[in-house]
Amino acid sequence: MYLKGENISFGYRKDDLILNNVDISLGSGEVLGLVGDSGSGKSTLCKILAGYEKNYQGTVSIDGKKMPSNAYNPVQLIFQHPEKAVNPRWKMKDILNEGHVVSQDVLSSFGIKTSWLERWPNELSGGELQRFALARALSPETKFLIADEITTMVDAITQVQIWESILDIAEKLNIGILVVSHEKNLLKKVCHEVICLSRINNAGLYNELAFRDMQNASLGGMVPE
Amino acid sequence: MKSEVMTNIIDGSGSEALLKVRDLSLSFFQYTSGLRQTELRIISNMNLEAYSGEVLAVVGSSGSGKSLLAHAILGILPSNSRLSGSMEYKGQSLTQEKKEELRGKEISLIPQSTTYLDPLMRISDQVTGSVEKKDKGLMRERQRDTFQRYNLRPDVGKMLPHELSGGMARRVLVSTALMSSAELIIADEPTPGLDERSLDETLRYFKDMAKKGCAVILITHDIEAALKISDRIAIFYAGTILEEARIEDFTNEGENLRHPYTRALWNALPQNRFQKMEGHQPMQDELNGGCVFFERCSIRTEDCSKDIPQLKRIGEGLVRCNNVS
Amino acid sequence: MSTAFPMNNKGLLRPLNLRQRTILLIILMSLLVITILTSSLYMDSELLSTNFGSKNLAPSLEHPFGTDWMGRDMLARTLAGLGLSIMVGIFASTISTLISVFLGLFSSMGKTADSIVSWLVDLFLSIPHLLLIILVSIGLGGGATGVIIGVGLTHWAGLTRVVRAEIKQIKTQDYIHISRNFGKSYVWVARKHILPHLIPKFMLGTILIFPHAILHEASVTFLGFGLSPHEPAIGIILSESMKYLSAGYWWLALFPGLSLLIVVLAVDILGENLGKLMDPKKAHE
Repeated sequence: MYLKGENISFGYRKDDLILNNVDISLGSGEVLGLVGDSGSGKSTLCKILAGYEKNYQGTVSIDGKKMPSNAYNPVQLIFQHPEKAVNPRWKMKDILNEGHVVSQDVLSSFGIKTSWLERWPNELSGGELQRFALARALSPETKFLIADEITTMVDAITQVQIWESILDIAEKLNIGILVVSHEKNLLKKVCHEVICLSRINNAGLYNELAFRDMQNASLGGMVPE
Repeated sequence: MKSEVMTNIIDGSGSEALLKVRDLSLSFFQYTSGLRQTELRIISNMNLEAYSGEVLAVVGSSGSGKSLLAHAILGILPSNSRLSGSMEYKGQSLTQEKKEELRGKEISLIPQSTTYLDPLMRISDQVTGSVEKKDKGLMRERQRDTFQRYNLRPDVGKMLPHELSGGMARRVLVSTALMSSAELIIADEPTPGLDERSLDETLRYFKDMAKKGCAVILITHDIEAALKISDRIAIFYAGTILEEARIEDFTNEGENLRHPYTRALWNALPQNRFQKMEGHQPMQDELNGGCVFFERCSIRTEDCSKDIPQLKRIGEGLVRCNNVS
Repeated sequence: MSTAFPMNNKGLLRPLNLRQRTILLIILMSLLVITILTSSLYMDSELLSTNFGSKNLAPSLEHPFGTDWMGRDMLARTLAGLGLSIMVGIFASTISTLISVFLGLFSSMGKTADSIVSWLVDLFLSIPHLLLIILVSIGLGGGATGVIIGVGLTHWAGLTRVVRAEIKQIKTQDYIHISRNFGKSYVWVARKHILPHLIPKFMLGTILIFPHAILHEASVTFLGFGLSPHEPAIGIILSESMKYLSAGYWWLALFPGLSLLIVVLAVDILGENLGKLMDPKKAHE
């Protein structure tokens, strides 16, 4: 199964494109990294792939089929700030089960304590909210996960915990992951391949520049001793 | 914490710290159910010393309340908070009046978000805003120099904040702190979401300020950023400081680090071993009076669950643990 | 450094915290309004009848508000008038709120709907309230219905603007997009995510429209375009008393006017304090 974005262009004005003819392809079970300078359009690309942003040119498809609307989207997007992704008036258990009933396995894999389910969002830290956001998005119907700087705001230990859980579940469910991050060291640890989105001239045009393999995709460092 | 124990235990040379924070605790009053007001402790028994010419990083996970430390030093806490402990600035007690007097002059904040700029005010007015009228001419001169140093075109001064890019806005904030004759600069989470180049650039500004003789407190969740420029790093965990170590101690497998949490944090970095540690940081209402790290600790003893360990000096650093020496 | 809180001070006499004070104030104000309303509804009609044996009496223990030129007890008339005013206020502000709920939700349907709503809001805000109320009231043949609809039709604009802005802000939140991405319908999202945020706004809006509605009703009636002269409305009492003021019968205007002011203030305080409880930013102070 492949999630494909083809000839994607996006801009608020015609002469100032943020994305210009970008092609991207993500396969099931693949972990693909995406780097690029601030403002190179990474987040916009993520929103387009997940169907949040609809005013773009080009096509987004899964195995040649257009994305469904008004149905569960097999492409789920996770953001940098989880506190914006939860309704502050909902309890954590309602937030968690909004899309589907999250299995106990997923909960324990993300280290979500049962006592947290009765709390309100403002009683949890960013790292814990992010675990909830991920558990909520990783349902059996989810085929692709787009992770836009999801561990930028958490401490290093939580970062390892979160990534280990994601990779573990993604492998079981054969989910493809697009990892957006500034942190090259993290990408080296979690991704099979990394692509780069960058600015090529001052006129405001962006293009897909480079596609390079990272050194061996071993996740050796992930295994706890 | 006894103050005589704390005095100059970090800096053996005996030079006075610019800012000393002793035994600082901060709590909030919240209505829990119905009409009951409960006290929620965010920071407990915090100790810090900031020296001129040094960058001190306070590293802790986001949402842990470390930004409130900055607000406490500047005296901009909300009215439902209670602060205890003492703060000294240049050897004098830092009272609320004193904080208000020094704020923006000798003590300056570089805020987390660029929305702190007044959207309706020209940049040059904001940058020179904190100085007295008679020095205006001189300040314009200094502004030109500072702008040049930070790669801001002279016409940036005439712009309004919305005309700036994110990076420019950040540089403007840094220039503002530099233009005021601040001696203590507190940077609150200045780096998230920056790409590598902008990150390095921003961090270099802080280093520059320290070189000019300022004391810089860098509050961040990003230990890598802290490692790049700091002289000392204080590890903030569940409302208190677990360890304060000199930058040189962060090497190899972390064998020079004293606290097991710091060592785990170091080994969890992607460029190191990316090694996991189980458990999570306890929330304030999950603490039970013992060591805040008790549940995750590998070297704990029974005594650790009884009392919060004292901060003690080991070598060049400080550590809050009973079982290291 | 910051405010000291008496935490150990237990017992009945300990100072109340802000939330307790707020709730106490809310209870007191509601009691006042409810007392006036019930006493006017269950009032013995004989109290309002004329008694020429005791006309133009100054305030005394027997007639605390005095009596008028037909010997009617002014306290009874004032209470009846206030009751009427409160009823008119309740109906009118409910109508206003319903209109703003509808228009607010309508504005979130699309760009055209939104521009229609903001055009309507601007239009109604630019016409003087009083003029419009008088026009509507006369157009509907005057009386209580005319006033209620007139006041109701003129007070929705402000609340609609607030609701429209609030919906716009909520719709940009990530959790709304996420909900849509889980395949939830727009109606589901509106019901589960948007409406719960708006309900406090509506409740508060209704209460804060209320004083305006009462005052406008009184002024329209005072000018002779509102309730019929047979009803004991505050506006009627005030306009009638104008003729007797020069004769030195000051109590005819003072007490009814003052009572109206007190009711209006009470409801306003009620609204402000409810607002304090509902605003999450101020809730913990």
